[in-house]
Parts: sequence; C-alpha cells; structure tokens
Amino acid sequence: MRFPQRFVLLRSRPIGSEREVMFKIVEARDVGFRIRQFVIEAPRIARKQRPGQFIILRLRQNGERIPLTIKSSNPAAGTITIAVQAVGKTTSLLNCLEAGDSILDIVGPLGHPSEIARYGTAVILAGSVGTAMALPTAHALKDADNHVIFIEGARSKEMVVFEDEVRAASSEAYIMTDDGSYGEQGLVTKKLAELIAASRKPDFVLAVGPVPMMRAVAKITAPLGIKTMVSLNSIMVDGTGMCGGCRVLLGTESKFACVDGPEFDASKVNFEVLMQRNSMYREKECASLKEFEEHQAEEVLELRAELASKRAAEERMREEIAAEEKHYV
Amino acid sequence: MSDANPLPRKERMKIARVPMPELEPEIRAHCFAEVNQGLQIVDAETEARRCLSCAKPGCMEKCPVGVKVKQVIELICAGDYLAAAAKMREDNALPAITGRVCPQENQCEGGCVVGRKGQSIAIGNLERFIADYERESGKLGLPAIAAPTGKSVAIVGSGPAGLSAAGDLIQKGHRVRVFEALHELGGVLVYGIPEFRLPKSIVKEEVDNLRRMGVEFETNVVVGKSVTLDELMRIEGYDAVFVATGAGLPIFLGIPGEHLNGVYSANEFLTRVNLMRAYDPESDQPVYDCRGRDVIVVGGGNTAMDAVRTSMRLGARTATLVYRRSEAEMPARAEEVKHARQEGIEFRMLTDPVELLGDEKGWLTGARCMKMELGEPDASGRRRPMPIRGSEHVLPAHVVIIGVGTHANPLIQSTTPDLKTNQRNYIVADPETMRTSKRGVFAGGDIVTGGATVILAMGAGRKAAKAVDAYLRDGVWD
Repeated sequence: MRFPQRFVLLRSRPIGSEREVMFKIVEARDVGFRIRQFVIEAPRIARKQRPGQFIILRLRQNGERIPLTIKSSNPAAGTITIAVQAVGKTTSLLNCLEAGDSILDIVGPLGHPSEIARYGTAVILAGSVGTAMALPTAHALKDADNHVIFIEGARSKEMVVFEDEVRAASSEAYIMTDDGSYGEQGLVTKKLAELIAASRKPDFVLAVGPVPMMRAVAKITAPLGIKTMVSLNSIMVDGTGMCGGCRVLLGTESKFACVDGPEFDASKVNFEVLMQRNSMYREKECASLKEFEEHQAEEVLELRAELASKRAAEERMREEIAAEEKHYV
Repeated sequence: MSDANPLPRKERMKIARVPMPELEPEIRAHCFAEVNQGLQIVDAETEARRCLSCAKPGCMEKCPVGVKVKQVIELICAGDYLAAAAKMREDNALPAITGRVCPQENQCEGGCVVGRKGQSIAIGNLERFIADYERESGKLGLPAIAAPTGKSVAIVGSGPAGLSAAGDLIQKGHRVRVFEALHELGGVLVYGIPEFRLPKSIVKEEVDNLRRMGVEFETNVVVGKSVTLDELMRIEGYDAVFVATGAGLPIFLGIPGEHLNGVYSANEFLTRVNLMRAYDPESDQPVYDCRGRDVIVVGGGNTAMDAVRTSMRLGARTATLVYRRSEAEMPARAEEVKHARQEGIEFRMLTDPVELLGDEKGWLTGARCMKMELGEPDASGRRRPMPIRGSEHVLPAHVVIIGVGTHANPLIQSTTPDLKTNQRNYIVADPETMRTSKRGVFAGGDIVTGGATVILAMGAGRKAAKAVDAYLRDGVWD
C-alpha cells in the first residue's frame, strides 16, 4: 500500500486547522475552437479516477453545478485533466480562467467506471470534446489487448482535438469532419458503417458525444447485436443519486445516470426522452449565455473577487478558531 | 429553583398559550422570509410561567435526546436565558434548529400535562427563543473540550446526525473530521428544509460553532467514491467512522409520464431552490418557472409540505397537495399543515395520480388521478387506501413534484462489502450502540432507519457518539 505524503501531513496538523479547500488550476490552454484544457489540483479525485468517470463542479456562490468528464489524472502529482467546450454560461466562464485561478467546488470521481474486458475489436466513436472522456477508456481497452479503432468526429478542423493522443490510445484511428476540412468528410457513423460493410464487425462499441450521434450509432449496432455502450449526459444537480433529475429511460425502466451510469446499453436507451429532458431549461440557458457574453470581462473580474473574499473569510475564521482554542484546550 | 416562578399553580393554568408571531400569510406566501418570527422576551417569560414544574415531567420522557425541559423552563422563569441555553446544549447541540423543525406535538409538547386539558406549554417556541437569544447576545456558552485523546473519528455526512455526533465527540477530546458530499454543510438542513422554515444563516452559525470547538470539515467528498471507508481507516488513519449519509435516492411513483419535462422529485425541486438558490434571479441554477402555473405535489410528509409551500412562493397560480390517505394519516407536522392552509395551498386528500399527461413536445399538462377510500389497516398500522372504481379525473398541472419518500443511497454499501445491509439496502446497526457489522464503523440516522425526522437523526448521532467514545477508550469491539 502506498502511503502518500499528504495523508501523513494531514494527520499531523493540529485540530481545527483543516478547512474546505478550493481547487487550483495549474495549467490552462486552448486545444480547439471554444475548447480549453485544464490541469487542476484535486488529489482525492486524481487518486480514485477510473476511465469513464466524471466530476461535478461549481464556479461561484450563485453558480450552477455541472457535470464534466475527466480526461486523465495524475495521482502522483494530485492533478486531474478536464477538457471543456464553452456551450453555456458556466462553461464559457470556466474557459475564461487561467493557471493560478481556482475552482470553488469539484466533486468526484462520480459514476461507474467503464467496463473493461477483452472484447476483440473495440470501436470508439467520439464527437469533438467527447474525445476527452473516451480517451482513458480507449487506453484501458488497448491495454486489455483489444484492437481499438478510434473514430473521432468534429464539425470542422478547428474542433478536432487531441489527435496525437487518439492515435496513441488506439490501434487504428480515423478523423471525420462534417465539412471535410480535415481527415475524411462525413459523420462518424459513416466510418462505422464502412467498417461493418468491409466485414470488420466490431465486438464492442462505445459512443460518446451528442445525443443524435449516439442514437445513430445505436441504430446501426443494435440490429447487429453488437454490444454498444453510450455515455449519457443528462442534466444533473448533486451527482450522488439524491435528486433523480438525471433519470433516463431504458425500455420501461428508469435509471439515474449519476449513480447507475453514466454508461448504459445503447440498445435500451430511449434517446428521444433524453433529448426532451435535456431541453428542459434551454430557453433559460440561452438567455443566461447571451447575458454572460455581453458582460464577460466583468463576470470574470467578479468571480476572481468573490474567490479572493472567500479565501479572506476563511483566513479570518481560522484565526478566530486558533484564538478560541487557546481559551478552551 | 422552582420558586423562580412567582405564580401559584392555579394562576399558571389560567394563562393562555402565547401564540408564535407569524408573518402574514398574504406576505409570506410570496417570499422566502421566515414564517415564525420568534417570541419576544416578555412572551417567553409569560409562556414559561405556564409550566407546572411537574414532579414527573412527561416532556423530558418524550424528547428523543432527553432535553431537561423542566430545568430549562425554570431558568427561563428566573430570567437567566443564557443559562437556559447552556442547559439545553447539554443534551441538544442544535437548539436553534430543533426549536424550528421538531414535531413537538408528538414529542415534548405531546407529553406535557398542561396539554391534557388545555394547550401544552410551547416548549418548541421557548427552545427557539433561548437559542436565538444566545446567538444574538454573542455570548455563546461553548462547552469545555477534554484533553486530546490522540484518537480520530471520521463522520460521513454533515446533516443532523453527523453534526450532533461531531459536537459530542469533539468535547470528549477526539479529533473529528466531517466529510460532506455537497458543497455546503448541513445536509438536509440546507438542501431540504426551506429558508422560510429554517434560515440557512442559522445552520451556518451552528456549523461555525462546531468549528470553534475544533471540528474539521471537508466538503466535496463523496465517501464511497472519492474515498472508501477502508481507505479512511487504513490510509488516513481514522480510528472510527460514523456513517450518517441520510436516506438518499428519491422514490418515484412508477406511473406513466414521469419522464415528462416538469416532473420533479421533491429532493430535486427543493435542492434546486434551497441549496442552489434557484429562487434568486442572480443564481445560475434554473428551476421550472412556476409563475402563473399549476403545481401539484404528491405526498403527505414534511418534504411534500415544504415543496408545495415553496412552489407557492415561486409564484404558482395553484399549489395543490395530493395525498392518497386522509389528513389524519399525514405525517407532516401540524404547524406546517396549518401554515400551508393559511397560505392558500389546496389539499386534495384521498387522491392518487395514476398517470402523468403531456403534450407532443414532452411537457407536462396534467395528472390523471383516482379517488381513494380507506380500507383495513396496512403494515404501517394506517388504513390502507383503495382506489374507487370509476373515480378517474384529470387535474391540470405544469409541474408535478413527487415527495413520497426515499430509498437507501447505495454508494457506501457498494464499496464496503463487509458492511451488512438489510433487504432494503439500509445499513444494519445495533439500535443501542449504533455499531455495524464492520469493526470501528458505526451508522445512524436515515441511512439506518429510512426517512425520519431531524431530531431522531440527532438522537442517533448522540447515541453513536457515546458508543464511539467508549470504543475509542477501551478498543473492545466483540
């Protein structure tokens, strides 16, 4: 059993000095159009993360909790890596942050890890930022002696991400763009259909990306009886099974994506219900994003000021506790 | 001590129970300000003087944590409110909270002799009064802390069970660290119970008091995922763990239409509004816009009551509580039912939804319901509701909130194979010692009993603290 140094430190600290901590960004860089990669200090998550799992984060006191996938983790350094596509207010605000900034709350790793087995030929289909979530599973499948075919899809060249890592994690890799500006022109399902037509029927398929993509994959593989998993991105709040907001319909059965998933058997998933439920707050999301974009610079300044004042308040509390202890112990 | 009360017993009986000042229903139904405004000093004095100081106080017997109610009231009569608060804290670490949320009519006030003929002493209101007085005075009587024992305890969950156990264990000189899955401390006190019943600032104050006593807190840790029980003990070196994670997974009705947009579990609805402050336009977390809409809440407990009153405050056109039994069987606190009625909540008793209806885009439009009648008593001892044939009717609804209870959360059990659970996946713990099947691990509160009340969870936390302390001192498990 390894004995990480931070736990030794933690035990030797005096009573009352340990506080809730924020999560420091140690590296931030753009990796594609509106897609940014962050390396964040989160030692507990880094130590436990397995392929397919996710985190939930919150940026500010009035911020929403959003689930995001984990691309990789470094237990020794105590960091996790996430890739974020700016699609709504929270992700847009997050993508304005730099190394040295902090994230208020991160919890994880959540959900069941991907089921890794020796299937034979495994095809992974990932849409743009979904590639980040599929990468650790691809690595694990390759390590488990599968022939891994990775098909990454994106709208156009600027949204193709992590190509080198995709190649490293797979035995065979294809890049597909909708407009043909990079790799081959067409959807990921076109390549999947080609492979099947060329008598290279996979033994296992994993699809991670937009719901219509995952539905299209399931339409191809389900009739052929190919074991297919999809990683579902339903709306979540707590991520621990407590609210049930992320429920998805599998046939007639209701499951919670956060604790029963996020990966489910694609042949059973009711994608229409998933799309309908994911649209529940669309109007509000759009209005919120529009407002954010009009005040982007102020919002970022406000966030930094809020985190600084929270840190100061914690410091004051620490001092107060220290003074109190002299009195009582 | 008992002569602190200047009135002869006969005179005491003549005083009417002092009513709790409340915010006007017309005002409070549209905002999240606290409904009960609290007693003034003169009111508290009058109310305390109603107490007969019985030789055998029924109030104490019926309190799940055994608060010395009689002595507390005598101290109030003597005008020493801080001493009364300190006396209260000997048995109840969170009086400002329990004074607000306990079902007193079934507990202390239910045991009050005065209540047999007239109205019982308003013990809950007095409890709240001294706790608030103490807090506002800034002269908190924090209990003394024993010399460090060198032992450490991990508490999983910062709800009422976890917080009260933490308060007791830190006093015994153990190092105590509380792990919370959410970003805020307080568990159901912050995500579940709404601001208008329990202001969040009060929970924060109680948590800060525990901090001042030396309790450590770590948020954003899902024990079972971020770290397992075995890792807490083997790697992080905790000598004992108290699991107080609460009930967990919301139960849905299992009827068609529950995936329509506009259908919530009460947990989700309340979490969005309370924890995530969705009622505040500055908050990023959205909740369905209830303004001008018809809201139906299914269930008869405190959670359902909180949800329906919350929906009214969010601007619902109609807010209706649908319950399959009759009002007599409703588990909600009497005061909540009274307040809900005053605020214009419609009660539809003996009614049960059988299908939720939606439009072609998947948005909820209504609930098809059956009328029920009560048959023979069921396993719970309450008369079983039976559907009346041909009584189907449709209630229009844009939002339906299901508040019919919870299942056990499986996260800890699934990563701790040697932790024994029952058929319903609740953790098995000895009702007296709170010990589980796993050495050094104790459990209590809703994760053992299923959904119950704040005070019962606190009682479990206190019992567990006693048992954990004994175990840490003698190290004997078997």
